[in-house]
Amino acid sequence: MIERLVHWSRVKSPWVLHLNTGACNACDIEILAALMPRFDLERFGILLKGTPRHADVIICTGPVTRQNRDRVVRIYEQVPDPKFVVAVGACAMSGCVYRGSYNANLGVDQVLPVNAYIPGCPIRPDALIDGVVKLLNSLK
Amino acid sequence: MEFKVALGPQHPALHEPISIRMTLDGEIIRDADLKLGYNHRGIEKLAESRTFIQNLYLTERICGICSFSHQTCYTQGVEKLMELVPARRGLYIRTLVCELERVHSHLLWLGVAGQEAGFESFFMYTWRDREVVMDILDWISGNRVHYSMNTFGGVRRDIDELQKKKILDTLGLLQQRTEFYLNLAASEPTFVGRLAGVGKLSKEQAIALCAVGPTLRASGVPMDVRKDDPYAVYDEVPFEVCTADSCDVLGRAVVRVKELIQSYRIIEFLLKNLPEGPFKVKAPRKVKENEVYSRYEAPRGENVHYIRSNGSDKPERLKVRAPTLANYAATIAMLKNGFIADIPLIFAAIDPCICCAERLVQLDDACSGERSVLTFSQLRAMANERYKKIDFRKKETAWPF
Repeated sequence: MIERLVHWSRVKSPWVLHLNTGACNACDIEILAALMPRFDLERFGILLKGTPRHADVIICTGPVTRQNRDRVVRIYEQVPDPKFVVAVGACAMSGCVYRGSYNANLGVDQVLPVNAYIPGCPIRPDALIDGVVKLLNSLK
Repeated sequence: MEFKVALGPQHPALHEPISIRMTLDGEIIRDADLKLGYNHRGIEKLAESRTFIQNLYLTERICGICSFSHQTCYTQGVEKLMELVPARRGLYIRTLVCELERVHSHLLWLGVAGQEAGFESFFMYTWRDREVVMDILDWISGNRVHYSMNTFGGVRRDIDELQKKKILDTLGLLQQRTEFYLNLAASEPTFVGRLAGVGKLSKEQAIALCAVGPTLRASGVPMDVRKDDPYAVYDEVPFEVCTADSCDVLGRAVVRVKELIQSYRIIEFLLKNLPEGPFKVKAPRKVKENEVYSRYEAPRGENVHYIRSNGSDKPERLKVRAPTLANYAATIAMLKNGFIADIPLIFAAIDPCICCAERLVQLDDACSGERSVLTFSQLRAMANERYKKIDFRKKETAWPF
């Protein structure tokens, strides 16, 4: 009974942590734009949270930079189970223009297990909404 | 009693990874130190391995908010190296996108400042209006953020009559809303009370610490690259440089709102005087051996690119000095002797764009001439030197760490 309630509340109101893992800010701004009145991601019960300890979903933007790598893993470990990682943008998926750089990895999945990928450079807010809704449907 | 507090790299008050180490005395900040490098992606090195045309799209991805600033700064530099005169219509369209970017960036900043001051509804209002500008940029370029409009010798897309009319129609709405914000910033007592007197930076300090952009102009220094060293078509466009004398966060807000109104005027002028003709000219593929220094007034301040070519189709060196880096020294001066609760507001007031500023910087100590950034070979030599001194054969030798 309790388990079903927890599962229901998790699907109905996932709390999101936005983690910049070395992005160029474009995806970050588009994520914020998706939460604003025009697109209003909050109508799906999604709430942006400041601390990893409150979050269910980590939205990662950017190829993980060398200095950020250990911190990203530490933040991932702070998120309580079950946790989901969404890789947002082309560089979080595969490195995009930063491929071949001495300081950037080839995407978030080199460091963390990723549950959903949202393509685009940068993503459009509509794509983000689509991706998040698909992730939520897969949890049901 | 003094104690040290670390803020970041991941912190709700900061939207990008940066770490601030503060020395506190109660609630008052006595000293602050910035730790950078969480967002360093090695763009300058990458640029050396790519052609000039590929670098157009790389420089754009230095930053997502002022992407067009970096791209235009780079394009102007390479055009100077190629000794290429861009098409006039292309320059007008380029300037138009510059100003549209300034509008979206300043509206974004106003919202963030409102949120940091605890004025959530202001945040929602400005971001709603920002979507109008994003729509205009979407019509013109086909993308909301990275527009990729520039090419050597002009722009990649033309503007037709229908787009011109649509932009002019929507400008009226934006103008009306911005005047409302100007009234709000000047008269709403809670907003003024929160911003006034926070993050003081005197005129002398601002000049001494080399602040740029609205941070400098809010301290009463009328400096703007668009006026001082005009690029594109700014020498033909009538506009004023906006300043404020209050030297605090409120002044920075007022400067930005005034600049918004100036930007609308510039956009209107550009659209009404758009010359006929081609929007781009053909550019050579190879670039002669030379070096160039390109300046650009980004929404956050003066942006500088240094490009050196060696006669091939790739640059030998690209150096980027983003406005946020120039403002860091001033930020530390503003944080000192302020309250810990004012950190987000002061930090937001320079409109920090950390990903812009993450370049490798080598600091030379002016007194001793000592370098504070070491190359890998220097580091290896130092390590060898240190380990030669340790005698590992002795049993009692302690582990060096």
